[in-house]
Amino acid sequence: MSAVDVPEQESWFHRNQQRIAPWLFLAPGLLFFMVYVIIPVFQSFNLSLYEWDGLGAAEYVGFRNYEDLYWEWVDRDAFYTSLKNNLIWLILYLAAIPAGLFIALFLNQTVAGIRLYKSLFFFPFVISQVVVGLVFTWFYDPTFGLLNEFLSFFGLGPLNVLGDERFVTYGIIVAGLWPQTAYCMILYLTGLNAVDPEQIEAGRLDGAKGWRMLWHIILPQLRPATFIAFVVTIIGALRSFDLISIMTQGGPFGSSRVLAYYMFEVALSEYGFRMGYGAAIAVILFLIMLCFIAYFLWSMYREERGH
Amino acid sequence: MHSIYKRTTAALAMSVALAVPAYAELTGELRIFLDTSNPAPRATMEAMIDRFAAEHPGLEIETTVIDREAYKTQIRNFLTADTPDVATWYAANRMKPYVEAGLFEDVSDLWAEPEIAENLASTKGAMTIDGKQWGVPYTYYQWGVYYRKDIFDELGLSEPTTWEEELANCQKIVDSGRACYTIGTKFLWTAGGWFDYLNMRTNGFDFHNQLANGEISWEDDRVKQTFANWKQLIDMGAFIDNHQTYSWQEALPFMVNGEAAAYLMGNFAVAPLREAGLSDDQLDFYQFVAINPDVELAEDAPTDTFHIPANASNKEAAREFLRFVVSADEQTEINNGSNLGQLPVNAKSSVDNDKFLQQGFNMLSSNSPGGVAQFWDRDAPAEMAKVSMEGFQEFMVKPDNADRILAKLERARQRIYDN
Amino acid sequence: MFPKPIEKQPRAAQITYQAMLPIALLLWLGPLLAVALFSVKPAADFTNANYWGLPSSFEGAVNYGQVFFNSDMPRYLLNSFLITIPTVIGAVALSCMTGFALGIYKFRSNLWIFFLFVAGNFVPFQILMVPVRDLTLELGLYNTKTGLVLFHIAFQTGFCTLFMRNFIRALPFELIEAARVEGISEVRIFWYVVLPLMKPAIAALSVLIFTFIWNDYFWAVVLTQGAESQPVTAGITSFNAQFRAAYQLMSAGSIVAALPPVAMFFLMQKHFIAGLTLGAVK
Repeated sequence: MSAVDVPEQESWFHRNQQRIAPWLFLAPGLLFFMVYVIIPVFQSFNLSLYEWDGLGAAEYVGFRNYEDLYWEWVDRDAFYTSLKNNLIWLILYLAAIPAGLFIALFLNQTVAGIRLYKSLFFFPFVISQVVVGLVFTWFYDPTFGLLNEFLSFFGLGPLNVLGDERFVTYGIIVAGLWPQTAYCMILYLTGLNAVDPEQIEAGRLDGAKGWRMLWHIILPQLRPATFIAFVVTIIGALRSFDLISIMTQGGPFGSSRVLAYYMFEVALSEYGFRMGYGAAIAVILFLIMLCFIAYFLWSMYREERGH
Repeated sequence: MHSIYKRTTAALAMSVALAVPAYAELTGELRIFLDTSNPAPRATMEAMIDRFAAEHPGLEIETTVIDREAYKTQIRNFLTADTPDVATWYAANRMKPYVEAGLFEDVSDLWAEPEIAENLASTKGAMTIDGKQWGVPYTYYQWGVYYRKDIFDELGLSEPTTWEEELANCQKIVDSGRACYTIGTKFLWTAGGWFDYLNMRTNGFDFHNQLANGEISWEDDRVKQTFANWKQLIDMGAFIDNHQTYSWQEALPFMVNGEAAAYLMGNFAVAPLREAGLSDDQLDFYQFVAINPDVELAEDAPTDTFHIPANASNKEAAREFLRFVVSADEQTEINNGSNLGQLPVNAKSSVDNDKFLQQGFNMLSSNSPGGVAQFWDRDAPAEMAKVSMEGFQEFMVKPDNADRILAKLERARQRIYDN
Repeated sequence: MFPKPIEKQPRAAQITYQAMLPIALLLWLGPLLAVALFSVKPAADFTNANYWGLPSSFEGAVNYGQVFFNSDMPRYLLNSFLITIPTVIGAVALSCMTGFALGIYKFRSNLWIFFLFVAGNFVPFQILMVPVRDLTLELGLYNTKTGLVLFHIAFQTGFCTLFMRNFIRALPFELIEAARVEGISEVRIFWYVVLPLMKPAIAALSVLIFTFIWNDYFWAVVLTQGAESQPVTAGITSFNAQFRAAYQLMSAGSIVAALPPVAMFFLMQKHFIAGLTLGAVK
């Protein structure tokens, strides 16, 4: 670079630097994100129109994979079970929100050692779902599980939670609720910290206490925490893969499958060679998620406008 | 589990090259992938490869041992990229996806050589797809009923040979407060073993193959008969409770503790049962009983195999290795009781003196006139195997759902074989 | 404060509360304590069906010794670190830049790009699985730590950008304007003005991403196999296959696998919670 060019170049860059700079800063992150996240979404859409065993050449089959899924739905086969279980997950997983609020209210005190208690209650969230799955598998074990020890104490049981198609999904959801409740709890604890004490006092003067106080004065102020708790819980519910894979592998006889697991099963597991079919299942899962994503973005958009 | 060890035999090569007169010696690199990740099979294979290397000092051999379960999904990747020259796998339909994708080398030429053609004839069928052979077997093992002889003696029972004797025996075992059979169906294939035996004894070997090939309706009366026989055992409480939550290993303690009297399993169950403390006086074996007197006895004897990937780079050396593996001496050596503890595939090999191997060998060679099947999940295509074994598991828990389960399998059959 | 502070309530209520705290905690952590108990029991306790009694002898050293010296566990742990730490560095570095770009500059597609990151962050993993696996295979990175790290960086950039951008938005914009008036280049503003102010956000994100990536199981299963590259979450399943029915070892293994993020949490609690609850209060 010669000495003459430098000032000229700099001045061009200087004049335009506020327009160029954001793109330079965005480039690496955006590139990565495009290659590994955004483009693959479209590739999966495309792949779902093919039949491909992951080995040879892919064959274009139009919407046949979706047609097969439709028939599985009609015949109440694996796809129906998965979708039904996903719905159960979505609904029951939301229990983490009130449960988290309940524990947060319980712990929102200033007695000695409460900080340690809060940390220990939060503990399950930090642990890998793989370990949570193992822990609960043993908890439910029909021969020695703590649950059956507990039930037999009341003269009940024994119950083989993970071996019974009526209970298995609920059993796994309970395992999932454990860390998820801890997560919601910490969100609410932080939220409670920021609740305006003057409003509480004002409420007290108006004679509000207990439930009324919670409902009319506290909860409205916890709205941001509730929103985030809702977002992370919905995502958690639709991503439920680890626990099912560790605890039951979708069993017994496929009754605890959800879409996320079923997709993996048909595409990559020991007997799975149907990449296109798996992609079709993933597309369905994505479309369900898209409803929520749209809702989240819309809320964020309104908020941005409000700024 | 993954280990790579390189043999550099250059020094040895020098000395041998001086001693041996010039004929075409194998050179280059030979990469071998193994799924024999358990300690004993692993040591056996590595020792065998050492012997091969000593015969071919010009070769640089690299062995990679991969965890057996991981191998089942990893094989798809290494057959297409970073391909070895030799890889282990399983016979029959289990190799079909790779054969059809053109990822396994056609080794029919090896099977045309008299040494192999004559001595390995019995396993040729299991290695054949579209009239060509796609690999060689290196071991196989029998399935059958492993039982607690001391419990049988205590109850005054003897080894049954007919279905009536079987049911009568089982009734006595159940009356004594035990289950007749332990089983863990969490990973499904164990239920496939039960289905195979009940189905082959009810309808025969050819029926097994036709069903696996999708030629027979699952709602056929003969299939229903198989399930009806199975239901007899289930209804009398022959199987342990909660088997759907256990793996096959987790089901072993029931037999060791004496809560169950027997186990329908492959011969690989003997080693852990012995390890758990059962002596050979307590443990014995019998062939699965006859059910329908009109069909000939047929057995399951899964075969494990070696293949040359189509993308291999040193196929000449790989072929030589395959010849070496199936040779009579090597077969005797690697399958003996202190190594794999299984059966040799070469007719000229000798079977180890172990009592279970002897019984298994005699059973397969002289008392299996109907034929020898691989195993349900190796004979049926992957997708059908999966959905059907799930059905078997459900049936074992809910025998009353039989009709619904069979209807579901029939729908699956029409879809899977249609494609 | 809500609910009403306990110290302003009758003495009986105070005592009840103090007594309930440890009981509630015990129930809450019950399943985990059971595993901790399992991990110090001798094998004989399980064959003798002494599952829930006190250990007949304390075998913690033996069991944990097995895990550390007689299995692939140390290898898996090392892999986990070698996957997690580069991911944390990469994702945080990239998102400092993207967050800066989206938080400071006003340009037309700003909000759309931001929403693209946010939306991508919510996508179910399964829709990425096959294409990402193929891409990794094509790059020759299948079954390598690098392959896993690259994907994790890319995916976490979505969440991190959301986090960083909102954080930067809350910084006093006057500082940047003042710097611009002085003619300082944009790169220098980023490096000398904004980055020092982002330290708390960087700390919070690092701790959070560390935990997320350490605990990842799905991608570990999809993109790696075998002890030379698998992290501990996936490795523990092989470990359990190896020691099947040896509950004392499986328990010890699980505890070892769970420990690093737990330690991270206790050491960096303030940052961790700050990261997790960003946006939970206005």
